[in-house]
Amino acid sequence: MSDQTLRGPDTVVRTPRAAATGEAYLEVSDLRVQFPTADGTVDAVQGLSYSLPLGRTLAIVGESGSGKSVSSMAVLGLHDPRGTRITGSIKVGGKQVVGMSADELRRYRGADAAMIFQDPQSSLHPYFTIGDQIMESYRAHHKVSKRVAKAQAIDMLGRVGIPNPQRRISSYPHEFSGGMRQRAMIAMALVNDPKLLIADEPTTALDVTVQAQILDLIGDLQRDFGSAVVFITHDLGVVAEVADDVLVMYAGNAVEHGPVGKVLGAPLHPYTWGLLESLPALSGEPAPLHPIPGSPPSLLDVPSGCPFHPRCEFRDRVGGERCTTVHPDLVPRTADTGRLSRCHLVDPDRVYQIEILPRLP
Amino acid sequence: MLLYILKRVVSAISVVVVTLVASFALFFLAPTDPAGTICGTRCNADRLAEIRSSLGLDEPPIEQIGGYMKGILVGRDYTTSGVVQHCDAPCLGYSYTLGQPVTKLLAQALPVTVSIVLGGAVVYLFFGVLFGTLSAQRRGGTLDRALIGSSIVINSIPYFVVAVLVALYVTVLPHSEYHPLLSNPLLWASGLVAAWLTLGLTNAAAYTRYSRASMIESLGQDFVRTARSKGISERRVVYRHGLRAALTPVVTIFGIDLAGQLTGAIFTEQIFGLPGIGVLTLRAFNQYDLPVLMGCVLLGSVVLVVMNLVVDIVYTVLDPRVRLG
Repeated sequence: MSDQTLRGPDTVVRTPRAAATGEAYLEVSDLRVQFPTADGTVDAVQGLSYSLPLGRTLAIVGESGSGKSVSSMAVLGLHDPRGTRITGSIKVGGKQVVGMSADELRRYRGADAAMIFQDPQSSLHPYFTIGDQIMESYRAHHKVSKRVAKAQAIDMLGRVGIPNPQRRISSYPHEFSGGMRQRAMIAMALVNDPKLLIADEPTTALDVTVQAQILDLIGDLQRDFGSAVVFITHDLGVVAEVADDVLVMYAGNAVEHGPVGKVLGAPLHPYTWGLLESLPALSGEPAPLHPIPGSPPSLLDVPSGCPFHPRCEFRDRVGGERCTTVHPDLVPRTADTGRLSRCHLVDPDRVYQIEILPRLP
Repeated sequence: MLLYILKRVVSAISVVVVTLVASFALFFLAPTDPAGTICGTRCNADRLAEIRSSLGLDEPPIEQIGGYMKGILVGRDYTTSGVVQHCDAPCLGYSYTLGQPVTKLLAQALPVTVSIVLGGAVVYLFFGVLFGTLSAQRRGGTLDRALIGSSIVINSIPYFVVAVLVALYVTVLPHSEYHPLLSNPLLWASGLVAAWLTLGLTNAAAYTRYSRASMIESLGQDFVRTARSKGISERRVVYRHGLRAALTPVVTIFGIDLAGQLTGAIFTEQIFGLPGIGVLTLRAFNQYDLPVLMGCVLLGSVVLVVMNLVVDIVYTVLDPRVRLG
């Protein structure tokens, strides 16, 4: 599959949305997130590292439980410190988020980094008006009167494409449609002009036509605000649409990382191959799907060696039982040092070109 | 909204009328002889006839109940011991044991019960919701365990035992007696404080658990996570966003509890010697004072339908998604 087919017929290969400055605004290194439970410790994120400059969009993909949401919640400092153990480093605009005091976190959240959640229906408070909720965000970081905050909220609602914002500001969330609610959610996240926006499956709860509008809106706003965007999704179509870079996560680990065209055009990790093979073809002869066998491992008891080995059909190609005993590093596997993969296969690119590519629809 | 309330009032009236007919049938038309029971062992035919006629038992059933309803609407006359007494509307009959119209007895007793119950409700709502919220915030912690543990212990002891223990041993509290609020507010409050604390703290134990459960659910909602992600203080997250949503189920229980208590806080009134609806009902029951008993039942049904309506209206204030109609 070429990346043209993934992007759809009407999109051409884009340049990055804004002039990327190159300097990382978000820098995550060796992030570990653990939840101690009665049954043992859940290793939700195990040594995740990535960086993201302003103006770029990183898509984090993976199954439920792969650690994509958990790691992003950690970036915003949203985990309950009493039930979570977080180590490593998360730097946002030079500020270290891991270990911030409650008060520092309060000032950081919403102002430097903001989040759009999956289901706007449940993520907006049902008892407060849209305007009230946006104004609350603004006034949390600006010492202004209600009147000024209201003007700001109306302006923001207009920018996210809500018609008649002066009137709609006093509507309750249940009086909005799903797409409008997500627009309001985006307005609330962007009202303080954060330089980092985390979108956690923002289109999953919406129907397809509205999805496209919301994706466009996020892209447009990113260009206007020049922010860095982390886009969490399990939809590879969305990835191709919005991302500059892709990070594929499996069982709390990053297994593949690189520019979107390359990762989706010629992936180097058997898990990413599996994801591509699980996509149904929208045209041509209907063909059976090739789902990845098995199911994601329990994070209470992550498999030894490469966590993907129990589901990997290529583990026999690696000698010396290395897949079951040695955890591979996330390293460049080809001449291109911008692409990283965590796999023991000797020549993954060759395997992909010869064995996987012909199987893809 | 207005149309809705009107509809509800009409249906409330029909509920009260059905209660009236049913309890009237039960008390006056059952194949028992209330007059004979009242008359007791030292009874003679004259006395029995007099009681019969004062209760109206010598008339046909339809006329009896018609007379009762007429009394409620326009008032009626009663003959007791050969004297004709006029009973103004709304007349609920005449108590032959106390020699007073039932309406007057209820009017005397109701303020006492309302004072006890509302004062107690302030105490248990405040402490119950506060403790429940603190518990939910520190779920699994020492404070949570201590609060929930003591709540279960308090609710395991029968209420009247707690009330008797307070009445007997907590002597620092002012002596319990009823003074009307308007004549002397300070005396009114000091005479009721023991009852308020007893009713309030035992119910607070239950409300701690209700609020805790409701609050735990509310704090796990997505919108609380959103609130936290905005950068507002944790206190604001918990009290403005979490508690706001947690209150609705607590209000439902409160409405039902309040209605029940307003029909007579029997133990509290009896043990603290406060002459409220509960004591009146109990006395009427013991002395077979059927008109008073009827009055208490009717008052109870009115209180219940009114409280239900009030709870439904409060919902629309609490939750903008609820529309009446």
